[in-house]
Formats: sequence, structure tokens, C-alpha cells
Amino acid sequence: MFEIRIHSRGGQGGVTAARLIALAAFYDGKQATATPFYGAERRGAPIVAFVRICDTIIRTCCQVKEPDLVVVLDPTLLSTVNVLKGLAPGGTVLLNSPHPVPLDGYRVVTADLTGTALVLDLVIAGSPVLDTSVLGVLAKIGVISLDSAKRAIAENFADPRNVTAAEKAFAEVAV
Amino acid sequence: MHTIATGNRGVAEAVREAKPGVVAAYPITPQTEIVELIAQYVAQGTMQATYIPVESEHSAMAACIGASATGIRTFTATSSQGLLYMHEMLHWAAGARLPIVMANVNRAVAPPWNVWADHTDALSQRDTGWLQVYVATAQEAYDTMLMAFRIAEHEDVLLPVMVNLDGFILSHTMQPLETTPAGDFIPPLSLPHAINTKDPAAYSPLTGPEYYFGFRWEIERSMRDARQVIREVEDAFAAKFGRRYGPAEEYRMEDAEVVIVAMGTLGREAQVAVDRLRQEGIPAGAIRLRWFRPFARLDLAGREVVVIDRDYSFGFGGVLASSLRATAPCNPYSVIAGLGGQEVTYADIAGFVRQRKPGGEFWFGVENHGDV
Repeated sequence: MFEIRIHSRGGQGGVTAARLIALAAFYDGKQATATPFYGAERRGAPIVAFVRICDTIIRTCCQVKEPDLVVVLDPTLLSTVNVLKGLAPGGTVLLNSPHPVPLDGYRVVTADLTGTALVLDLVIAGSPVLDTSVLGVLAKIGVISLDSAKRAIAENFADPRNVTAAEKAFAEVAV
Repeated sequence: MHTIATGNRGVAEAVREAKPGVVAAYPITPQTEIVELIAQYVAQGTMQATYIPVESEHSAMAACIGASATGIRTFTATSSQGLLYMHEMLHWAAGARLPIVMANVNRAVAPPWNVWADHTDALSQRDTGWLQVYVATAQEAYDTMLMAFRIAEHEDVLLPVMVNLDGFILSHTMQPLETTPAGDFIPPLSLPHAINTKDPAAYSPLTGPEYYFGFRWEIERSMRDARQVIREVEDAFAAKFGRRYGPAEEYRMEDAEVVIVAMGTLGREAQVAVDRLRQEGIPAGAIRLRWFRPFARLDLAGREVVVIDRDYSFGFGGVLASSLRATAPCNPYSVIAGLGGQEVTYADIAGFVRQRKPGGEFWFGVENHGDV
């Protein structure tokens, strides 16, 4: 079982990202679940969502306590939320940031998803779209395939720039 | 269609497949997605139903009662306060023998205000004459909805059915879902007492003490007959769709010496706990009770029992625990956990089993008052 915890702020697409990742994994032939944690969140408040990917049936529905991968869509969360909680030493953090941020003892994959969205003018209601490009990075890391990522995005978003964003993130990120 | 979808979408897709003539509903978290999707299907023309947006849940059930009384298949969905607001009409639907099907997305009852999973809403409607079933996956939500219409409308039942799914934990989690055309699985509704304007009759007039009890007995007789109907419908479903359900889902029960009993998603989480406990050498098993009304009869003889209730009957105990004590020879360790969406993991459930004390009651998370 591969478990992902996504940290974001309300409105940034963390919940949508979780759903798209699970769908892409499902298209890869895996079992997958996406479990958002709904609190009293509102736009801008810190939120979490969980993804589980497994070759066999997934029975648990509880929150992910010991993630294999942590995704942080907003770098300002690093100073307000313990995003490393439960992550084993050496575990991977996927961080949306224009510049590398070292996290001692962890593998940090930095991707400028906000920059990718701005270059493509992929902005909805004033917010750069992050929840589609992030799938490109997950494909590069090897969590899902790029083909399934593109399929999951294309089925859910009419604007083709969402698929372009994932391809661009895939091509540009260093892992 | 084979995809991943929320429990709410599983319900909505099944309702579209069941082709009700009338859907009357009022939105409430965490159920809203169900009626939003159905309203969308109707607006897009992929579902041919009359969608009645009402001003309250009491009116939603009243509208369903009116429509159902004319012999039309009807559906509604609600949660928590909305279900409680329907209370008077729930009795009416069952008493009038109307096979209405409702999805109730289990949510805690206020105050304090809370929108998360809790079974007290539905269990407090226990004695209204509705059949109640609790599901644990998006697939089971879809499948059980299809079966619910056929069970409710069966001539030996003719009672309303409430399909319960845990708020957020199931309603908003995306899981694999395979939807298949229902075909002729649900026969056309033929309500023997449907209102017919060409043959006018009075319904539910004042009924004196010399007759009233007879109508009550008819409800109970149908509840008893429903056991056989449920079995037949679940068999027919397995034959047609390949997925088998029963009054309860058993997990690693063959040689189990201690059994965890729960409903809804906690019953599935318990299966993971069983795997962990077995690794430690504890011969555990799990039973996830699906049918609460009519109440599934469990064989617990010779086994230790740990019951998890996501509910409570104040001044008495956990509803599931007391129901088991009344129907099976057992002295369960009663665990009250998951109220108002309280996080309960498989590791927590394994802990309940390790600390079990037959006959005891344990409130998970309550300091100093945990073990009673």
C-alpha cells in the first residue's frame, strides 16, 4: 500500500488533486481511494486530503497516519503545519516552490507548479491551478503513469492547458 | 462504467438506474451531492423523473408519500437533522405501506453542531417501521440501492427502506465503482392500494381500538417476511451482477474466538484490525452487520464479542450492543467510538480487542470515564 498525504489551502485544489491521483492510479490498474478530510475549512485555511494506492483491495477508510509521500501545494504551510508528521526518515516531500527548501533528513522534490500555471495563464478566479500539474510530478516520481495522469485530467477538465501543465511539470521537474 | 467515485455518487447513479418517477428532496451536508447529481441528471435529460425541490425535509417526505400513494416509484435523501425533521412522516410512510426508498448519509445530531459520521440519526428512527441497511463502500451503496427498490416494492414487504452510509468517510471518499445497467432487475412497481381516481376510496381514516392493532401486526408480519425477500433479492442480485451480499458480512470467522461486530465503515475498518490481531496470534474475526431492520440474526455462540457503536442510547447503552444482547447469547464488551466523526483507525480497533472486558462499556477518548 502506498499512502499519500496532501497539504494545501482551501481553494488550491488539494482535494481535487487527491481525486485525480486516485483516478490515474485506478487507470493504471491499481486499487485506489481518495479521502478528503472535511473540517470547518474555508478558502485559504490549511486542509489535508489522503490517497491510497494498492495492488489489492483497500479496506481502511481512516486518515493516513504514516504517509509514504507528502505533497505540499503551498510552501507557506511549512511554517504553520507539521507536514512531516508520520513521514519516515528519508521519506519524500513534493513541494510546490520556486526555489529548493531543504528539509533535513527527507528527500525534497521541488516543483514550481505556481510558475507553470502562470506561464500557461492557467488561473481560475485569481488562483493558479495546481491540482493538474502536480500529477505530472507524481508521474515523474513514478507513483502514477503519465498516460493515466493525462487521461484523468482530460476527463475532468475541458481546458487542454491542464494536460499541458502536467506534461510541462513532468518534463521540467528534477527527481 | 468502471471508475472511482464517491459513495454519494454511487447512490445517485443507482437511483438513476432505478428510474423513480418522483424525487423530492432538500439538501443537507453531507448528503447534498446525491440530490445535486440527481437534479443534474434530470436537468440534462439522462433521468426521466419529476424533481421536486421542497422547502424542508418534512415536506420532502410528505411529497414522496403523496407520489408513492399513486403507485409511483419515489426516492429522497437526507442526513441528521433533516431525517429528524421527517420523523412524523417516516411513521406515516411505513404505516401507509408505501415502498419509498431513502438514502440517509449518517451524520451526528446537534447540539453541538457537527456534520460528521454518526449513526444516532438513523437509529433514533428505529421504530418507525422502515427497513434499515448500512453499507460500507461506494460499490455496496450502488448495489444496495438497486436492491432496496426491489425489496421495498415486493408484495410481501411494501414498506419503506432506508439505505445508510457514513457521512464523509463513505459519502465523500472516492473508491472503485462499477455501474451496470439494471435491466429488468427491478420490476415495474405495482402498488395494490394505489390511489385510483376511477375507483375512489378513503385512506387512513380514524381507526378505532378494535382495528388499529391489526394494522400494526401487518407491519410486523411484513418485517418478518422481509427476511426471506431480502435473501431472495440478494441471491438474484448475485446471479445477475456477481456480487453477493447478506444480512451481515463475515470476515475470517471460521476459527475466530473473539469477534468484532460493527456497522458501516467501522465494520470494514475492523477487518484490517482482524488481520493485525491475527499476526499477533489473537484468533479474531469480524462481522459487519448490514441489515439492522429487520435485525440480522448473528451466530455468536461460544465466542467473545466486542461491539463498536457509533451511537448511544442515553441511560441505557450502545444500540447495537443492546440489540445483540437481546438476540444472541453473548456478554459483549461495548465500545462507544466514532461519535460525530471521531477518528477511529484499525489500530484503535485492535486496541479495543486487546483491552476487552466481557460485559464492560468503554467510551473511546473519554478520560477517566472510559471503562464503566
